[in-house]
Amino acid sequence: MVDSIYGKKIGSTQIFKENGDAVYVTAIEAEPCVVVQVKNKEKDGYNGLKVGFGSAREKKENKPHAGVFAKNKLDIKKYIREIRVEQFDREYKPGDLIDATVFKAGDKIKISGNSRGKGFAGVIKRHNFHRGRMSHGSHSHRIPGSVGMCATPSRIHKGKKMPGRLGGKKTTLPHSEVVDIIEDQNLILVKGSVPGAKGNIVLLKKI
Amino acid sequence: MNKIDKVESRYLKTDLPDFKSGDKVRVKIKISEENKDRIQTFEGIVISIKGSGINKAFTVRKISFNNVGVERTFLINSPVVQSIERVNEGIVRRSKLYYLRDRAGKKARIKVK
Repeated sequence: MVDSIYGKKIGSTQIFKENGDAVYVTAIEAEPCVVVQVKNKEKDGYNGLKVGFGSAREKKENKPHAGVFAKNKLDIKKYIREIRVEQFDREYKPGDLIDATVFKAGDKIKISGNSRGKGFAGVIKRHNFHRGRMSHGSHSHRIPGSVGMCATPSRIHKGKKMPGRLGGKKTTLPHSEVVDIIEDQNLILVKGSVPGAKGNIVLLKKI
Repeated sequence: MNKIDKVESRYLKTDLPDFKSGDKVRVKIKISEENKDRIQTFEGIVISIKGSGINKAFTVRKISFNNVGVERTFLINSPVVQSIERVNEGIVRRSKLYYLRDRAGKKARIKVK
């Protein structure tokens, strides 16, 4: 059964449940993913679907990219990704659509996508260190502090938390939930926030 | 209309009455108690309307027993708010009537149209 889909983060809002609870939700647009290739255990070693999604301009895409779609006479899509499938519940062929109805309200899912890049960040933002005193002659405001011992071992331990690049990495929310599906607009409303900026590509997968 | 507005519009109420700050309203609230629903009424003066879209909320103030002022804020589109009924229309010159909190008795009245 296909239990995952790629989608685009649209934005977040708030909706009401029947009992009056207001829920913070993020809308993810799962414009139908078009199957471009079916991978099976005998031939490829695993079951999966190669899918394309997102509108693309034909002239902009290079030939190898366009060729994937041309092979099956499909419209060119911007992104090509793969969805792993444990067991096929039906026969899939290139051109089939996978849409938001993969999920239903109440499904537990995990969401992965690239987080927003925050550039070179200090230890307070990056590792939740405490800051030093701002006044009373203190010169230690946002500095990392001691990073190790003295002549023994006269080096810094590996993995020491220090300033550096933050964000822009694959991030997974392991426990999220589908709150509602809006079929006619191909929107999936998931509970809470989702990594990345608006327009970010995320993978939703049932757990 | 962007896509988020379209999502919100599915949850917005369309049959809301027209009311503004200074009006006296009767709000029917659904209260769930151990698999039993009942309707409670809250009647008072609207002292503030704020927010827009799905987040629009209004505050109703009433004077309860022993001259204790009671205020409740409702999300206008929440299913908990079953109905809103305008009792009368007040004449006020500002949109936020927080000054009523400092007044009591005859001073706390609002002219009615």
